[in-house]
Amino acid sequence: MTDRAELSREDVVHVARLARLDLSDEEVELFTAQLRTVLDHAADVASLDLSHLAPSSHPIALRNVLRADEPRPSLDRDEVLAAAPSVEDHRFRVPRIGGEAP
Amino acid sequence: MTTATTLAAEVRSGERSAREVVDAALADVDSGDGAYHAFLCLLADEARAEADAVDAEVEAGRDPGPLAGVPVALKDNLCTRGALTTCGSKILENWNPPYDATVVEALRRAGGIGLGKTNMDEFAMGSSTENSAFGPTRNPRNTAKVPGGSSGGSAASVAAGFTPLALGSDTGGSIRQPAALCGVVGMKPTYGRVSRYGLVAFASSLDQIGPFATTVEDAALLFDVLAGHDPLDSTSLPSAPEPTLTTVHHGVEGIRVGLCRDLVDGCAPDVVARVREAADALAGAGAKVEEVSVPEFGYGLSAYYLIAPAEASSNLARYDGVRYGLRVDAGGEDVAAMNTATRTAGFGAEVKRRIMLGTYALSAGYYDAYYAQAQRVRTLVMQAFDRAYSSYDVLLGATAPTTAFDVGAKVDDPMAMYMNDVCTIPSNLAGHPAISVPFGGGADGLPVGVQVLAPALQEALLFRVAQVVETHAPMGAGASRS
Repeated sequence: MTDRAELSREDVVHVARLARLDLSDEEVELFTAQLRTVLDHAADVASLDLSHLAPSSHPIALRNVLRADEPRPSLDRDEVLAAAPSVEDHRFRVPRIGGEAP
Repeated sequence: MTTATTLAAEVRSGERSAREVVDAALADVDSGDGAYHAFLCLLADEARAEADAVDAEVEAGRDPGPLAGVPVALKDNLCTRGALTTCGSKILENWNPPYDATVVEALRRAGGIGLGKTNMDEFAMGSSTENSAFGPTRNPRNTAKVPGGSSGGSAASVAAGFTPLALGSDTGGSIRQPAALCGVVGMKPTYGRVSRYGLVAFASSLDQIGPFATTVEDAALLFDVLAGHDPLDSTSLPSAPEPTLTTVHHGVEGIRVGLCRDLVDGCAPDVVARVREAADALAGAGAKVEEVSVPEFGYGLSAYYLIAPAEASSNLARYDGVRYGLRVDAGGEDVAAMNTATRTAGFGAEVKRRIMLGTYALSAGYYDAYYAQAQRVRTLVMQAFDRAYSSYDVLLGATAPTTAFDVGAKVDDPMAMYMNDVCTIPSNLAGHPAISVPFGGGADGLPVGVQVLAPALQEALLFRVAQVVETHAPMGAGASRS
């Protein structure tokens, strides 16, 4: 296991951008300190030599689940669209996608 | 309060009507829940209509099912068609799902009545129900204390006597820990035994739905209704579930119980004392009890607080203001800015913290050190369980390190809050069933929970052992609401 630099303020700002969260300066300070505490606690795990073990992503062996390709009822379109914040022409309406002309 | 078993028998026999039971429960919540805030909303019209349907069945000479007329409180991360399902979050404040969770349908088929939706830590992230966007729930045993979490509202509903049964979800202890703190029975089934379809996802490899009840027998009754294969959940186990209610009173003669030091050491002295008394009671009832050490459990907490946030950061990416839930438009900008404005306004501090932690653990340069390493610890914990279960049929320990703590005591210290889950996390990592049974009180007179753990799919054995623990529980704490 390689040494890891302590979580920095810049790391927190970067991760917030990845997670699409806009943090205030105060929140960045707070989260930096709090996440450091959690990661410090995780140091006991990070320092173990477990190279002989395979990682488990799941408690049971996952297998592909297939079913017959037969039509069956799905959720009602109008009922689903009724929950959307903005709809146009039976579709979800969103602001422009980056770079596209308005 | 009357148990679900008795209530259902009375409704099935026509001794009392489901409508009368449901009206009384709704009135109890209306008059009493101001003190606790167990419920976020009641399903009054739906519950009355379902009760009338149960009564019509009885009238017609048909059996409405094993939960006939029994009010059940539903954690608010279980989808109810056309009825608010908020997950304790501003981002889903006005969301009415277009379908019912499979467990909600199963309850209804068994004659049970969904009475209302219960308060919870936002997206089930928390151990005190203080992270709800709609205000905390109070512990019915002492309203200065938290009820535990994240299924605090469901635990409080049963503890307060509003409903004999409730449903919760348990990702790292979110059924068992509030059950312990509120003095009720709470059980997490084997991963895959109960369908997760319609459970709003937190950490998909750990989440399980399970029952709250006032007695072990009632918990078994509800579990048997919930258990089974569901084609709508690809992780649902295809095997037929073993009935548990029929064997719940079969005792523990010859059962090998491992009193797990690693699930007791570090707990408060009064909690340790109750667990040891429970072990003595099991020995007195014919079980072979020995102490066992499983030191690998000590790594569970750290692994969990990397794996669960990592999965959460992925699952909660769906809250983007596009298809349902809150949308915040910061004005004419592009879709990424809308996503960010929505998530920033919609998520509370703990959810943001976990998304940040999970995103970090999964990000380039840290994936192997944190996430992959935590997954290897998960393998280590699973192997440690296998080793322990080669010598013991079940394990015994504490559910939570202390009795219920003061509202506000840990809310600013995430790591202190996470430590509440230290005894419950191993079963989630391994996907095993476990149950918390009230067993007397602590020095402060508040309830203590004793935890029984069993190997995958051994729910029948789990309930048998839990029932013996319950039989020998000291009277006193947890007997009535404050």
